[in-house]
Amino acid sequence: MRTQALIIGGGVTGAGLSRDLALRGVRVLVVEQRDINAGASGRNHGLLHSGGRYVSTDPGAAKECHQENEILKRVAPHCIEDTGGLFVAVEGDDETYVSDFPHLCRQCGIPCEMLDLEEAENLEPALSSKMIAAYRVDDGAIDPFRLSLENIAQAQELGATLLRDTKVVGFEKENRQIKRVQLFHMHTGQKTVVEAEQVINAAGPWVGEVAALAGIGIEMLYSKGTLLVTAHRVTDHVVNRLRNPGDGDILVPGGTVSLLGTTSVRIDSPDLITPTVEEVDLIVNEGSQMIPTLKGIRYFRSYAGVRPLLKVGSNLDDRSVSRGFALLDHARDGLENFATIPSGKLTTFRFMAEKTADLICEKLGVHAPCSTRTESLPDSSSGKWTEPALGAKHWFNHHAKDPILCDCEMVPESAVKSVVNAIIEKGGDVNLLSIGVRSRVGKGVCQGTFCGKRVSALLEESGEIGSYDGLIDIRRFLQGRWSGERPVLWHAQIMQAELKEAFYCGAFNLEVVSDGHIHDDKRCGNNL
Amino acid sequence: MVTSMTTKDAATTCDLAIIGCGLSGMAAALFAVEKGFSVAQAGVSGGMIFATGLLDVMGTHPIETGHGWVDPWAAVDAVSEDIPDHPYARMKPEIIKESIASVISFLGKNDLPYVKNGELNSEILTLLGTSKFSYYIPQTMWEGVRALKKKRPCLIVGFEELKDFNAAQIVGGLTRRWPGLRWKNICLRDTINVSSFVSGDILARDMEMPGNVKNLVRRIGPHLNGAEAVGLPAVLGMKRHRKIIETLSRELGVKVFEIPTTPLSVPGLRLIEVFTEGLAERGVRQFFPERIVSWKNTDGAFLLAAGRGTGKKWIRSEGVILATGRFWAHGLRADRDKIREPLFDLPVHQPEKRAFWHREDFLDLRGHPVNRAGLSIDDQFRPLNRAGIPAFEKLFAAGSILAHQDWMRMKCGSGLAISSAYAAVTAFSNMKAPHRKIPRN
Ligand SMILES: Cc1cc2nc3c(=O)[nH]c(=O)nc-3n(C[C@H](O)[C@H](O)[C@H](O)COP(=O)(O)OP(=O)(O)OC[C@H]3O[C@@H](n4cnc5c(N)ncnc54)[C@H](O)[C@@H]3O)c2cc1C
Ligand SMILES: Cc1cc2nc3c(=O)[nH]c(=O)nc-3n(C[C@H](O)[C@H](O)[C@H](O)COP(=O)(O)OP(=O)(O)OC[C@H]3O[C@@H](n4cnc5c(N)ncnc54)[C@H](O)[C@@H]3O)c2cc1C
Repeated sequence: MRTQALIIGGGVTGAGLSRDLALRGVRVLVVEQRDINAGASGRNHGLLHSGGRYVSTDPGAAKECHQENEILKRVAPHCIEDTGGLFVAVEGDDETYVSDFPHLCRQCGIPCEMLDLEEAENLEPALSSKMIAAYRVDDGAIDPFRLSLENIAQAQELGATLLRDTKVVGFEKENRQIKRVQLFHMHTGQKTVVEAEQVINAAGPWVGEVAALAGIGIEMLYSKGTLLVTAHRVTDHVVNRLRNPGDGDILVPGGTVSLLGTTSVRIDSPDLITPTVEEVDLIVNEGSQMIPTLKGIRYFRSYAGVRPLLKVGSNLDDRSVSRGFALLDHARDGLENFATIPSGKLTTFRFMAEKTADLICEKLGVHAPCSTRTESLPDSSSGKWTEPALGAKHWFNHHAKDPILCDCEMVPESAVKSVVNAIIEKGGDVNLLSIGVRSRVGKGVCQGTFCGKRVSALLEESGEIGSYDGLIDIRRFLQGRWSGERPVLWHAQIMQAELKEAFYCGAFNLEVVSDGHIHDDKRCGNNL
Repeated sequence: MVTSMTTKDAATTCDLAIIGCGLSGMAAALFAVEKGFSVAQAGVSGGMIFATGLLDVMGTHPIETGHGWVDPWAAVDAVSEDIPDHPYARMKPEIIKESIASVISFLGKNDLPYVKNGELNSEILTLLGTSKFSYYIPQTMWEGVRALKKKRPCLIVGFEELKDFNAAQIVGGLTRRWPGLRWKNICLRDTINVSSFVSGDILARDMEMPGNVKNLVRRIGPHLNGAEAVGLPAVLGMKRHRKIIETLSRELGVKVFEIPTTPLSVPGLRLIEVFTEGLAERGVRQFFPERIVSWKNTDGAFLLAAGRGTGKKWIRSEGVILATGRFWAHGLRADRDKIREPLFDLPVHQPEKRAFWHREDFLDLRGHPVNRAGLSIDDQFRPLNRAGIPAFEKLFAAGSILAHQDWMRMKCGSGLAISSAYAAVTAFSNMKAPHRKIPRN
């Protein structure tokens, strides 16, 4: 196999870059070790930043956010809910910060309108009565799954290839070039080698690991952020705490729910991160200072993502450091055709892709200019079922004899089938987790209790998936939901979890199933 | 939680008030009327509407090994020895057997017969395509136990109208161990008058309509292909299930059995119906669906308030059995920082902090510590107060609200619910001075 550009990582950065390059006529191969948005892109706040949050700490990033916010609202409106945002301060917050804010926004060119308190209260009745100041900005909510899936989908239309469940495990170098990239299939264990003219490392929190495979050291720090999902939509605007960025100070509406976060905890490795009870409590306590109902409300899930940070003081100074993010051209490290895009924001993914594609095209001798600034992102179907409540809209419109498989999120069987077909068409592995990435299945209040079993039954019945092992798949799926449920299990949600366990353990005995066999003779025979 | 009472005259007076109408509350009501007590019972349908209808006594121990026991009584001995605070450790095995036997006899008399394999557990297939051990099996499911044991050629039939039962899924999980197992999902709409997607209880009542069983026979017949047994979702009638299964087996010429399906679980609903009707006949004064919202204890007698607002009713009793279940049933309430018993504010045995409630893996074989939280009791099944002594002389607790057990992992739900109810009623009975009358107004 050979390709012009090999992109490592199927997060929003890799997805955006694949589209940008494909639009310029470059042949692209995206290699993703798990699935689309398996990393930070699937575990963030979904806030389309106005830039307001960064005006005091990072004006460069603030301006970049503002510029991209406007572009994305124009070219990808179907991935965005233009909610508008508020910055609010409550009693006890730093008043200097409050009074400086409009001025700092103006300096960055970020529109910011001061509201009187009554107006703010009318806009969002849930806001605390201890509010002392409020400003309106252009924040929005963005669906990161839809965004990545649509970007990849268009790239694929234009001839790009996506390899899922495929990990880059090594590079073969010759004459200051990466000649071949070694791939490993995570399920089959099969090894393959690809020849690539250019290799781009967009592995998010794992860029350090991937660069190390090429013998290049990038010193990384990792910051873990935890988020909570409420059972209902709490506000219609994004609400930010008007203070220096801290814990539990942003609430973002996301369809029928709201997302509250986040924290910043230094961790040593980007792998195996799960939210903890302590972080959840911290977020609830902080968030409820802005919006008191957040204390009593139901949360049905939490999740954590990793922000990769380049260690300050590493030898970056003479590199092409763009304002909000770093693009590392490893020509300087002795590899002419290797580059790394280590960090950034969802909001600025397009801009990062543009800058990176410029560099790659220059190296490939391709002269086509970037078109993503003006060309609309097509509205395909592959990301469609990730939008909350879209299931319901579809069902009411098209309802024939189409059973609802997920009652919480109203996902009909036909939607699941179309997701399954899309995965099969693109050569992916069909299982509950991969369906979950592309739909609302498992994301509702019951956290997969009923829909997990029903969707698995559908896969079993269709017989389309060769060696489908339903029990193992359900185990994996339930565990996938669990790490996010575990820290929010109190009040109503612990009742839900108890019911789930009553089914899967009390009635089905699933905990003693391993690789599809239960009650082997050793286990049940010796008391006879 | 104390309420002042305004209308003293309106109270229902009885010997024993039972709070909860899950399996434990129902069993307690039964034992109490059998001992000749006057009984009032309040509750809202609990876990039974989801339950399989199987009566587990003891299946897995120690849970961290996943070890399944064919002999439940050996397992009860083992668990009593290894976990001295387990409610089973406070009962003699004969008592457990006796209590279960009298529930089974009551059910049998009310057309809900159960079957078992001597004194041993039986392995039974589940809706998910796994299997589990249980002790007493509804007769409608029994041929499934036999077919699984002998690995007979067998056909599982699902109905497209019933979303939570999929024959392919059941076969998918079992096929490696049971190669002679096949499946067919059929559509009932064309032959039987049912709506597109129905819950089990509606389908079960539809099955009782004239002609429907014959139609079902016609739909299944062509798919038999040598099967010696046919497994169907447990929706074969709400009351006339024995008759329907008899007809199906006769007409199809094969053994026919039900497989428990949730939710709503028809075998669970059958239990609820039989208990509710049978206990009403025996004079239990039922306050369904009502919750007890407050209480008062004066001169050793309890006064309980059922329901809220204008519909509020009062129950006056000498003793109370608290069989309010766990979180799902509202017997326990989890705040962000601790677990409470919301009605009497009894102390709840529990892990030190929320971080220890649940383990990181949902299916961790050791089970989640929060599931062993609950009420600590004395040998008379009386919940203890913060000083470690019985909170009230005649307040008893039974069922899944008890601490130091994990019914979901140990597979001891029904056995525990029934036997602890028996123990509580017996303790009350032993305490009740025959001469003493409860004060009446
Ligand atoms: C808690 C949190 C909240 C955030 N909130 C916001 C927000 O509200 N708004 C905003 O604009 N930004 C936000 N961000 C930032 C944003 O999520 C990230 O900047 C963005 O998702 C990064 O995308 P990426 O594609 O670079 O990385 P990722 O999404 O992590 O993608 C990297 C991919 O590479 C794959 N990979 C790794 N190693 C290999 C290998 N060896 N072979 C093959 N594949 C590999 C991984 O599986 C992964 O899918 C947030 C981040 C966090 C952590
Ligand atoms: C999904 C599922 C599968 C099951 N499978 C099996 C199985 O395979 N085998 C088996 O043996 N058992 C099974 N069970 C049943 C389980 O064993 C029983 O739920 C258990 O025995 C607990 O019974 P209980 O009566 O203690 O509590 P519950 O059944 O929970 O009943 C508690 C009752 O208390 C009531 N209550 C609570 N608060 C109040 C109040 N303030 N006032 C009045 N009433 C109140 C509730 O309304 C409810 O009726 C299953 C249960 C479920 C949910």
